[in-house]
Amino acid sequence: MANVTFEKVTKVYPNGFEAVHGIDLEIRDGEFMVMVGPSGCAKSTTLRMLAGLEMISGGKINIGDTTVNNLAPKDRGIAMVFQNYALYPHMTVRENLGFGLKLARLEKELIDEYVNEAAELLEITPLLDRLPRQLSGGQAQRVAVGRAIVKKPSVFLFDEPLSNLDAKLRASMRVRISDLHKRLKASNQPATTVYVTHDQTEAMTMGDRICVMKDGYIMQVDTPANLYKFPANLFVAGFIGAPEMNMVEARFIKSEDGASQLRFSDQLVSINERKSKSIRAEHEEIVIFGIRPEFINLATEETPKEQILTGTVVRLENMGSEFYVYLDVADQSLCARIPTAIVEEHLLDAEGKDVDVFLDIEHCHIFNKETEENISL
Amino acid sequence: MAGENMSTVSAYSAMQINKEVKRTLRKERINSYFRYFVLILTGIFMLYPLAWMISASFKPNHEIFTSMSLIPKDFSWDGFINGWKTGTEYTFGRFFLNTFMYVIPKVILTVISSTIVAFGFARFEIPFKKFWFTTLIATILLPQSVLLIPQYLMFREMGMLDSYMPLYLPMAFATQGFFVFMLIQFLRGLPTDMEEAAMIDGCNSFQLLWYIIVPILKPAIISVALFQFMWSVNDFLGPLIYISSVEKYPIALALKLSIDVTEAANWNEILAMASIAIVPSIVVFLIAQNYFIEGVTAGGVKG
Repeated sequence: MANVTFEKVTKVYPNGFEAVHGIDLEIRDGEFMVMVGPSGCAKSTTLRMLAGLEMISGGKINIGDTTVNNLAPKDRGIAMVFQNYALYPHMTVRENLGFGLKLARLEKELIDEYVNEAAELLEITPLLDRLPRQLSGGQAQRVAVGRAIVKKPSVFLFDEPLSNLDAKLRASMRVRISDLHKRLKASNQPATTVYVTHDQTEAMTMGDRICVMKDGYIMQVDTPANLYKFPANLFVAGFIGAPEMNMVEARFIKSEDGASQLRFSDQLVSINERKSKSIRAEHEEIVIFGIRPEFINLATEETPKEQILTGTVVRLENMGSEFYVYLDVADQSLCARIPTAIVEEHLLDAEGKDVDVFLDIEHCHIFNKETEENISL
Repeated sequence: MAGENMSTVSAYSAMQINKEVKRTLRKERINSYFRYFVLILTGIFMLYPLAWMISASFKPNHEIFTSMSLIPKDFSWDGFINGWKTGTEYTFGRFFLNTFMYVIPKVILTVISSTIVAFGFARFEIPFKKFWFTTLIATILLPQSVLLIPQYLMFREMGMLDSYMPLYLPMAFATQGFFVFMLIQFLRGLPTDMEEAAMIDGCNSFQLLWYIIVPILKPAIISVALFQFMWSVNDFLGPLIYISSVEKYPIALALKLSIDVTEAANWNEILAMASIAIVPSIVVFLIAQNYFIEGVTAGGVKG
């Protein structure tokens, strides 16, 4: 069992700055947990506390059944991959991989066996006798991953491992690391992974679950699909998804029949009864209305009138298969993702003109303006 | 018509460009002549004394101060042969050995102690670290001669006079602030990720120092060793104060010994031995040259 639990973990630096504010988090055995957030959100600090590279100011961290607060990094059963590879420059790849095992006083034959096994898995066997400075970025990062695997740790820690690679290499390494995790898990080896990144694509594609952090607080922990569909607050809604969710101010109006409406300046949009029920807002309350760009479409003749907004086309961005259409609605900006075929048919010369768009209210979110919480879940 | 015009224009501009290129090349050539002239002149100025010393050691004594020429009129090995014998019962070889008797322990102790102390300063949190670091810098600024009398009294009490111990024992305690400072600056320029990776791999502090820090610090450590070697071989004041018996004299004192004699000094012998005396430093420098230069610049730039 190698589940990881954080209980009320805090980190206060000597200068009094509180970086982590009593976070609680459970990472299940074998799970791939991605911690994501903007820079300075303390995701790396959290990982480093788990690794034992930073002292914990309060709370408890458990790996399996052991509280590791006061254990040295080497006694925690972890292995870590760093952003800048952190390979030992004076050792060959083989020595780099075997260094941890050598310190653990394993027999030479066993070290060789483990090193060769890991090298094969990561396809770095031909590189074994090279020095780190003779490796490309991608190769060096594979060696760094290999160094982690060789130790057969109970928990793998990754600290922005792909940030130094170019976009293409990053995509292939992403797949490789995911596959590796699946393979370890399938062969019943310990595979619990904590992966820190600021890149939401990595988070969405790799994680079993994602922990979104901001300013030392956990904003939401859930599966990638749920984070996208049901963001708990404005921050998560804005952070996950590209282009980001549209968020505009609106006045919430309750009707007597149980349905409700949203007023954008002088325009009204209806919300059906079922959706209205889930919204916890007062009559006439100013709320933040959130809708993802893919749920805004050009209105057709069949579109019910009460779900139409009229806006001015400000800008068109061609993405190839689709266009990002930027609209100005009641002095607020909205972005819609519209397939190229439709844009070419209706919107090519539409810049500066008014168009009617249909909002798929079923998929919208309503956030409280003060608390920024999602009040429509 | 238009095509013709175009080609005329391009031919004209090609000529202009050619002219411009030629002018730039000429300017650069003149510049480089001037540069080399100044450099060579300065080089001659700086190397002349050294060349004079070596050439003088091949001249008979009477010729040394009478001619400016670097080429001896009466070439002779006498300076070397007689100089090696020295005016004492020992040959110059003995003084060479004596020098190494304290220089080698001095270099080894300096390297070990400075590395450990620099590692401590650069990587560990210790109470009042700033104060200790300031103290370290202060010792660099302190003139060595200020310490001579108290140190002499201390070593006298410890019964270590007329031995090499006072010359190298202090080095075991990282007393050469400059070297510690140089290594600290080098270490500060290194990212700590590697050390953290090593800690996760299972290193304790000493293993970290031995397996990771020392190999990475190698250029800086070699620079420290080289500096210490050269300065120690050239050190005159230290041995002068602590060494009293001639049989323990190092090169620096032995050279002075030859000048001390009451009759006119045999300058060709002294200069011949001086020429030999600089050989170890030059040899050691040439062997470690690449590392030395890398170390000096790395320590300086990264700090």
